[in-house]
Amino acid sequence: MAHENELNLKATELRLGLPGTDESEDMVSIAKNNKRASPESVEDSGSKANSAAKSGDHETSSASKAQIVGWPPVRSYRKNNLQSKKAESESGMYVKVSMDGAPYLRKVDLKVYNGYPELLMALENMFKLSIGEYSEREGYEGSEYAPAYEDKDGDLMLVGDVPWDMFMSSCKRLRIMRGSEAKGLGCAV
Amino acid sequence: MAYSFPEEVLEYVFAFLSSDKDRNAVSLVCKSWYEIERWCRRRIFIGNCYAVSPQIVIRRFPEVRAVKIKGKPHFADFNLVPEGWGAYLYPWISAMARSYPWLEEIKLKRMVVTDESLELISKSFKNFKVLVLSSCEGFTTDGLASIAANCRNLRELDLRESEVEDLSGHWLSHFPDNFTSLVSLNMSCLGSEVSFSALERLVSRCPNLKTLRLNRAVPVEKLPSLLRRAPQLVEFGTGAYSAEIQTDIFSNLVEAFSGCKHLKSLSGFWDVVPAYLPAMYNVCSRITSLNLSYATVQSPDLVELISQCPNLKCLWVLDYIEDAGLKALSSYCKDLQELRVFPSDPYGAEPNVSLTEQGLVTVSAGCPKLQSVLYFCRQMSNAALIAIARNRPNFIRFRLCIIEPQAPDYLTLEPLDTGFGAIVENCKELRRLSLSGLLTDRVFEYIGTHAKKLEMLSIAFAGDSDLGLHHVLSGCESLRKLEIRDCPFGHKALLANAAKLETMRSLWMSSCSVSYGACKLLGQKMPRLNVEVIDERGSPNSRPETCPVEKLYVYRTVAGPRVDKPDFVWTMDEDAALRLS
Repeated sequence: MAHENELNLKATELRLGLPGTDESEDMVSIAKNNKRASPESVEDSGSKANSAAKSGDHETSSASKAQIVGWPPVRSYRKNNLQSKKAESESGMYVKVSMDGAPYLRKVDLKVYNGYPELLMALENMFKLSIGEYSEREGYEGSEYAPAYEDKDGDLMLVGDVPWDMFMSSCKRLRIMRGSEAKGLGCAV
Repeated sequence: MAYSFPEEVLEYVFAFLSSDKDRNAVSLVCKSWYEIERWCRRRIFIGNCYAVSPQIVIRRFPEVRAVKIKGKPHFADFNLVPEGWGAYLYPWISAMARSYPWLEEIKLKRMVVTDESLELISKSFKNFKVLVLSSCEGFTTDGLASIAANCRNLRELDLRESEVEDLSGHWLSHFPDNFTSLVSLNMSCLGSEVSFSALERLVSRCPNLKTLRLNRAVPVEKLPSLLRRAPQLVEFGTGAYSAEIQTDIFSNLVEAFSGCKHLKSLSGFWDVVPAYLPAMYNVCSRITSLNLSYATVQSPDLVELISQCPNLKCLWVLDYIEDAGLKALSSYCKDLQELRVFPSDPYGAEPNVSLTEQGLVTVSAGCPKLQSVLYFCRQMSNAALIAIARNRPNFIRFRLCIIEPQAPDYLTLEPLDTGFGAIVENCKELRRLSLSGLLTDRVFEYIGTHAKKLEMLSIAFAGDSDLGLHHVLSGCESLRKLEIRDCPFGHKALLANAAKLETMRSLWMSSCSVSYGACKLLGQKMPRLNVEVIDERGSPNSRPETCPVEKLYVYRTVAGPRVDKPDFVWTMDEDAALRLS
């Protein structure tokens, strides 16, 4: 009788888990049925959740946890504050890259790179060009092309002046300029 | 004896009594003391808005100046109380508008407040001074505009943690130019940007402003301007604490903070850029309260900040602080009284930070004044709980949330009964306890035996049988609020301890095994209780009597069954109760 009602409740239960996460359903029913979980079954359900987390792809790993209404007891405004952070960290930071003279733009995910050298190398590969060495004084003096970016304020800045993290948070789009046009950007900021 | 003193003298003496308990005791001495006391009671606290009606309150206490009312049960915070359940403010305001023209203070928690109510407040009480809306909902920024525009003597407007429909930031501009009485403003829960120049002018012209909690929309570069205009601030909440690192913003912040010689409490800190935290260092030595629970900052940066705050009494923080950070906390902050550690990733399958039971053990060992704890973690052991209990017998509030329901002692795989048992046995002054993890009826036996001062108990996914509930109801002498979810408790303990429920404010049980028939029986047996069955599956009459109800909310009342119930709430034995009242 109780079991029958449980099934009804489950059908109408508000859940945030992705469909098809059966392991988590099992966990919820274990929570309701087993008054005292024996060590083996606790281990089993624990490892089930772990394997679900590992075997699922990146997006489902955090959702595979049984999402019971109101548990853990965290208030919505706190959850929202954290969720927006999570969404940011999981979705990638794609910015447009334009190159002077190229017919169409490209997009790169800044999160994929650990620093400027990797980014510049990727841009060189993507556009089949060379960018050369950065120096604080000269910028990319002597290169055929110079990488610039548009920041939050809409200003055109030279890539490489600020720490990588700050660049990541302020870069709105990238622009690869011809070396001849880039003169004068070397003393920006 | 009573007539040897003139009334005025007794009234004068009673004016020194501020606690409700004392005033209630005084009113029971004799009829004339009852009369004198009721005419001079100025402050009313109503712990459950349905325990009494506005008419009854007004009839007994005609000269009230300050009311505090609480509405929905605590589990409403976690979406367990369906939308539309109740706790409407309007009937209270409408009655008080007629009878308490000199009302000065309204403080509410978990009530549904409409713009209409706010407008009525702003127009009915000429000397209105204090409005605190804690975890309330149902109003928009238009309602706030009414308050701002009409309450000429307003001192406090505190919207803490309320859900406001944010139509625009324009409401703030409704404070008149000659309005200067503001002492406290907490708008941290609002989303929209307010007019910054209006805010600056407001702050400038209110010399008594002591508390200013901004919302996220105020960027860090605007803070110095506000701080410079209010160097007398005691409590300050920032907005988003991030910007591109620019040296002049940083130095302005340092200078502005240095000017605030009275700052004791800091909060806000959304989107923190760690490089800006040092701007506060020269006020940190005076800081007693720090709310970093929105700051997604790593442990080393947190420790840097905390190490500057030797006088810290209250810390709210995310679990990014980790065990290492808590160790540092315990060595730098010997005055710490309250600690809350919130989870940064409550739904993640794997732990994302290195925060374990060890952090809590360390803090309980190192902070001799620690008395109040809220701690979210992913593993716990009986050994740790026993150590915590022995280290810190002075706990008043102990709320532990092990994120995985029914998680056992991770070392021994046993239930955590003995651990929590040690807590209640050692902490003789414990008033509030929240349990989690794998627990049998045993833990309730310990609680019933030892937790004699316990007033509020929260239980989830615990226990084996009605015996557990019976231990609590029969043993916890001071119990006022009991909230239970997802436990295998039926009706036996409830019916056997029905009389106990009249000594408590309320009982909440959801996803348990209390049958509809038992609820009806309880309602019949106890006419002075409202036994509310909350069930969104339709009328319980459409199901067998043995079928468990979804949710049950039982509370004592002198007002009878309520008349504002939605269609998913039934009061048991309503007819009989109405006949008796």
